[in-house]
This record gives sequence, C-alpha cells and structure tokens, in this order.
Amino acid sequence: MNLFPRGTLMPFLFACVVAFGVLLPLMMMVTISLNPDEQDILVSMGTLKSFIPEVISFQNYIDVWTDPARPFFRYMMNTAIVTLATLAISITINSMAAFVVAQGSLPGKKGVLLFIVATIAVPAESLVLPQLILAGKLGLVDTYVVQILPGIANALSIFLFFQFFSRIPKDLFEAAELDGFSFFQKYRHIALPLSRPVISAVAILQFLEMWNAYLWPVMVTRGPEVRPLTVAMGAFFGTNQRIPWGDVMAFAVSMAVPVILFFLLMQRQFIASVMSSGVKG
Amino acid sequence: MADVRIASVTKRYGAVEVVPSLDLHIPEGSFTVLVGPSGCGKSTLLRMIAGLETVSGGTIAIGGRDITHAAPSKRGVAMVFQSYALYPHMTVAENIGFGLRLAGMPKSEMEARVREAADILQLGPLLDRKPKQLSGGQRQRVAIGRAIVRKPKVFLFDEPLSNLDAALRAQMRVELSELHQRLGSTMVYVTHDQVEAMTMADQIVVLNKGCIEQVGAPMDLYRAPQTPFVAGFIGSPKMNFIEGPIAREFGGELLGIRPEHVTLSDREGRWSCTVRHAEHLGGETLVHLDSPEVGRLTVKVSGDIAAAPGVQLYATPGLDTSHVFKGGLRAPS
Repeated sequence: MNLFPRGTLMPFLFACVVAFGVLLPLMMMVTISLNPDEQDILVSMGTLKSFIPEVISFQNYIDVWTDPARPFFRYMMNTAIVTLATLAISITINSMAAFVVAQGSLPGKKGVLLFIVATIAVPAESLVLPQLILAGKLGLVDTYVVQILPGIANALSIFLFFQFFSRIPKDLFEAAELDGFSFFQKYRHIALPLSRPVISAVAILQFLEMWNAYLWPVMVTRGPEVRPLTVAMGAFFGTNQRIPWGDVMAFAVSMAVPVILFFLLMQRQFIASVMSSGVKG
Repeated sequence: MADVRIASVTKRYGAVEVVPSLDLHIPEGSFTVLVGPSGCGKSTLLRMIAGLETVSGGTIAIGGRDITHAAPSKRGVAMVFQSYALYPHMTVAENIGFGLRLAGMPKSEMEARVREAADILQLGPLLDRKPKQLSGGQRQRVAIGRAIVRKPKVFLFDEPLSNLDAALRAQMRVELSELHQRLGSTMVYVTHDQVEAMTMADQIVVLNKGCIEQVGAPMDLYRAPQTPFVAGFIGSPKMNFIEGPIAREFGGELLGIRPEHVTLSDREGRWSCTVRHAEHLGGETLVHLDSPEVGRLTVKVSGDIAAAPGVQLYATPGLDTSHVFKGGLRAPS
C-alpha cells in the first residue's frame, strides 16, 4: 500500500513544517511552566532543554492561581464575561444585519454592503482615541460595557453571514412566505438554524480576537474588577524586577487552555464553513 | 375548494412584457395543467397566483375573492416547488407542521393534521427523519404533505416531478392523480412535459410567449389543435408538418399529420419514402423517413418492424385524422 498517493508527499511535508513551527513555541511555553527553578529556566533558555520537560511540577501554576496581588480567576472571569457577551450580541446583530442585506428589500443594499466591507481596511488602532474620548464622555471607563461595545459591529462577520445567506435557495424563503413566516421569522427559523457553520467560524475568529484583546482594555480598565487576563499578564513585564518566566508561562498556558477547548468544540463546524465558503480564517 | 379567475393579467419586468393581457378560468375542483416551452410564462403565471410575483395589471380572484394584492399566506393557496424547498434542519413532521405552529394552531390539532397528511402520503414511518435522509420521491411527498395540511383552496405545483428519474416520475404522476381524486381540490400544475399534461389534466392550458394558445381537455387538444403550435406541442413524437402544394391539396397552408396516423407499406402508398433511421422501442417503432414529395416524415408503427436505412417504403396519411391550418389557425373542416 502506498502511504503517500502521488502528489501528496510535498503537501504533507509542508504541513509538518508548519505544524512544527506552530508547536515549538507551545512546547517551550508548557516546558517552562512546569519548571519551578527560575535559575534553571534562564540557563536552559534557547537550548533543547527548554522544549522538552525534564521536571514536572505544578508549583508555578499554584503560585499564579493563588497570587492575591494578581487574582487570576477574577481576571479570567472578566475576560470570559467580555468575550462571551460580545460574541452573543455580535453574532445576533451581525447576522441580522447580513440577513437584511442578503434577503431584504433595503434600497441601495449593495452600497451598504460595500461600505461595511470597506471598513475592514480601517485599522482598529486609528479608532481607539476617538473611542476613548467617547467612552470617557459617556462615563463608561472601567466597565464591562466599554470593553464589549466596540467588538459588537464586525464587518468580517457581517460579510461571512451575508455570503452564506445569499446562497440559501430562494425557494426556501418563498415556501416560508406561503407558510406565513414574517421577515423576522424567516431569519429566526430558517436562516439562523442553517448558518451553524458560519456561526462557528465567526465565533472562533471573534473569540480569539476578544480573548487576546490588549490595546483597548489596557486603555479603558483600571483595576482587577473588570480588567482582563491579557492586561494582567502585561503587568509581569512592567516592573524593574526580574521577570518570573515560570509564572509568566504558567499564566500563558492557563490563559490558552480555554481558547484551545473552544476551538476543539467548534472545529468541525469551522472547517465545514471554511471549506464551503473558500474563506480562510 | 375554489375556482381561480384571472382577468386581463399582465406581467412586465421593466420594459419587457413577459405576459401580455391574459384571461383564464380554472374551474373549481379541476386539475389544470399549464404547459409550454421554457420561457413561455407558465411559472410566472403560477407564481402570480401564489403571490410570489407581483401583478403588473389585471386581477386574480380565488373563490370570487380578489386576491391580486393579498399576501401569499392569505390567499388560501399552497405550493409545491420543483426543488421541494424543504427546511433542511427540520424533521419531516416539523416540515409539514411548522406553518401551522406559526399560525398559532393548538398542538393537538396540528399533530392530528400532520398525522392525517402522513397517512395519505404514506409518510408515517419517516416523520422523525431529516430531508437529507429521504429519497427524491419521499421528499416530494413531504413537500406535498406540507401543502395538504394547510387545507388550501387551491394547490399549486411548479414542475414538481422534474428532479425525479423516469420510473419515479411515472409513479408520482399516478399518485398525484389519485391524490386529486381523493381530495377533490382545485390543482394548478406547471410542466413543460406534455406527457404529464396529457396523463394528469382534466384541463390543459397551452402557453406560448406569455399568451394562451388553447385551453381544453387533453383529448380535445390532441384531436383538434387550434394552432400549429398546439399541434406540434401536444403529442409524442411531434406532429409532421407539410407545407406547399400538398398542404394546398388539403385546402390549407399547412398540413399536420401525427406519426401514429400514417401507415407504411413496402408495396404501395401515397408518398414514396426512404428510411433514414428507425428507433425500436419494443412495442412500437419510430421510423424516420425522407420523401421527395413531403420532405422529412416520422411514422409510428406498432410492433417491431425491420426498416434498415435506405429501404424504400410508401407512406399514406389517414385523411380523417389530418389537421389543416390556414393563417395560423385550424381550417374549418
């Protein structure tokens, strides 16, 4: 039996190199997080030892999770609240907007879509100052709301939903019209249940974006009440003291686990969506 | 059950008029088939009755009530689509009953109606399946079930058998005819297949370029087509048309003779012909001939006859069954 049918060996090797490139930093992160000896970490940094664990200790994890000055689980809860709330509201609003553009009788809807898609080209960094001024004037600084609001309207998400909704056969909506569905009911009972692959794709992309958001939260949060994990982790690097790499890596691993779990949960639908839409995540 | 009256209905897309003024009466309880070639406006007409297309002019009334501008769900019609249009994420039972649920029907009544439709269409064992787990014929039955539960005044079918294979199509033709007998409802059926029209309809409407060519019972259209278009469209294989002096001999400009109304002989006959090709269908043979007098001719002969290309034969038309046309219309006999 030929293990590699004709033409598949090169893509396989290429995939291995890419996978290795992705896995290396992860291996280093896990290895260092399991090593309680800071001196040893510094000595072995950059050598093969920093990729393959020799000692397995969870001391760094215990330190990070129980540090009263840096309440890890509080930060994680903040991040989870902001991320999940943004996802729920964003998917609802963006899918509705896309449905109106795709299936509604909105005049000039092509122009509206073009305008929405064009906003993808605007760098988020260029918007943070006006947004910060706005947040200050509205008295929203240091709240969950200020972290959730800017993530809701998402042009890429609208575009992905639009693409999907445009491809749903017209007959389905016409049958629904004869069945007495209103425009909203067509969205709620036909378009939305059918768009599970797109919801997964959008959820994964936005989950990553929100979970890893740093610039905006660092500008609008002050204390551990609403501050997310990313900003808390940044605090490791802000002092003149020596960086505790074991703790940093244990913190990073703890932070990455929910993202990996979320991806595993959604991956089947996500891959189906990417395969069907030709959109690369 | 109700009749459908279409009065001076027109349909325009911008400057293009796809249906010029059209009048038609579909009697209560009839099985009316709208038939015609692609682009003749038959689906547009059906969609205007359903309310899925707006009407540019004229009125449509169902059971005496003007529904020209009523919402599709308020017209008392149910439609079966060519693509079946089943909701892929719902089970068969949900597909059939969802419209009733949205209309606020009590659950017990809804379930009873779904069960009744499932019994009629033998869908009982399939109620918990999703559409993708069904065959084409089963999907079609679910689509019909979704129409039945609404107890519409008029059923509309838009080429519902086009996606099925030949054997299943024949079976579904019989099932639909039986369903019509059982329900006794008014049914309007669109097809481009004249066999479906002939076998199922009690009234056929032949459409061409948005206009009605002829309305009548299937055998009336077969026996006395009023225009060359109807003559050529109804009947399979297509009618032979002969122009020139021979047509004038018969008193018209165009002579139409059905392939089954020509007799062949190897000894004598009216027109001498040479066999071009023969199609052996088992119970019958279609012989394609070339004649110096009448040009190309197709003849349907019962049984299997030996007719090799190049063989000389003689064809004789049945005088009682020939059709004479003058000025684009059937000449009075």
